[in-house]
Amino acid sequence: MATQSATLDVNGEAREFQGDPRQTLLDFLRLDLKLTGTKKGCDHGQCGACTVIVNGRRINSCLSLAIMHDGDQITTIEGIGTPENLAAIQRAFVSHDGFQCGYCTPGQICSATAMLKELAAGWPSAVTEAVADTPAPSDKELRERMSGNLCRCGAYSNIIAAIREVMQSEKGT
Amino acid sequence: MRPFDYRRVADLQPVDQPGDRLIAGGTNLLDLMKLEVEAPRRLLDISRAGHDRITAHEGGLRIGALVTNADCAADPRIRADYPLLAKAILAGASPQLRNKATTGGNLCQRTRCQYFMATDTRCNKRQPGSGCDALQGVNRNHAILGTSETCIATYPGDMAVALTALDATVEVLGQDGTRLIPVAEFHRLPGDDPARDNVLRDDEVITAVTLPEPAAGRQSYRKIRDRSSYAFALVSVAAVIELREGRIARVALAFGGLAHKPWRDPQTEAILTGRPPSPALFDQAADALLAKAKGRGGNDFKIALARRALAAVLTEATEE
Repeated sequence: MATQSATLDVNGEAREFQGDPRQTLLDFLRLDLKLTGTKKGCDHGQCGACTVIVNGRRINSCLSLAIMHDGDQITTIEGIGTPENLAAIQRAFVSHDGFQCGYCTPGQICSATAMLKELAAGWPSAVTEAVADTPAPSDKELRERMSGNLCRCGAYSNIIAAIREVMQSEKGT
Repeated sequence: MRPFDYRRVADLQPVDQPGDRLIAGGTNLLDLMKLEVEAPRRLLDISRAGHDRITAHEGGLRIGALVTNADCAADPRIRADYPLLAKAILAGASPQLRNKATTGGNLCQRTRCQYFMATDTRCNKRQPGSGCDALQGVNRNHAILGTSETCIATYPGDMAVALTALDATVEVLGQDGTRLIPVAEFHRLPGDDPARDNVLRDDEVITAVTLPEPAAGRQSYRKIRDRSSYAFALVSVAAVIELREGRIARVALAFGGLAHKPWRDPQTEAILTGRPPSPALFDQAADALLAKAKGRGGNDFKIALARRALAAVLTEATEE
């Protein structure tokens, strides 16, 4: 099995992947690039802790091979904001206690960031009354749209409150 | 995960060597490769091989095999004319998975039978001839219709259940050209060869799914599961029902979670067609649907659940 290579744009920087094609995007981010904000929970696409944004879309980085992402734009939690310069969604998670242990939080925040764009684009969800209509941004919609991210601490209601605050402040600006 | 070679391919071509597997979204295949249920020698990456558009086609639509589930469910034409399909897709998996999962890959997804997914158990689908631990095991999620003594696994998807009720067609490319397979005939029953999930040959690849002209009537998808989101169906019902002058003029019903394939039963539809809707009629339809249903202990409840799900869908779809 030959070593293979790809170039990925990770948080705006060109990064070389070189190695075993079995390596997932998640392991490449964490082990090779030391971007350990992205978390490995179940490693089977069931928990959402590994959620990153690829070309604007949220995906489970555990169920994707690094080699398949040549040329792709990857945004991880490190690309959303920094401790010195938090993004609005990160500030909202802090102010609403949107976490306890924090392990699922990077995935929650990456997921929520892309989710708000999906909602703004009018994508329906499983709880949208009539799928042809523009969905209303209700808590029910937000909960359904965040169902790919599990939180073992059960901070769900505060996560929804944090997302709602960001949604409302964006509407106001 | 077993080692493999990787190559990106520019065109959607059938595989030409044993041990080759196509990969697009990879959400099911990579999961199974981690479990070593799947161990391809080479992965051919078709994720950038085009076929990712939805286009007008003979009064209906043609959905390219590499259209993601997310894009399909968000498409205004699908939402307006085939809401059943959008609803079924949105009832499945999570937004992250739907952003990767493709139309062709979704059709080919494998059962989530826990014995199939665990290599230290016996499974005729994973290892033909080894036996089936589900028959006497934990079989709460398993099939009640069309099973055999070698396999009681279910087809796990939602999208294909909707496509079956919508009379969609799978377009397949092989060495000898294109062939068209009705979605209802794409998946197969286990019989004595449960290793094969569907009728796709090893040297064929799905290129598209086509939808006929939109049908008149109401469309609905009801999915019953253990939690309200992000879980596989215990029972699901896809329905297209047209009422005319107080009678059911046309009905198409497909069921998920009950069998090794999306289940469609012509006799159940015949009982309903031409008759005014009533609870007694719905009961009669359920009798026909479930006449040969067989529980294996853990999944006995599905027989009653399917009956109630059918009644609920028919009641809702025939309300004035």
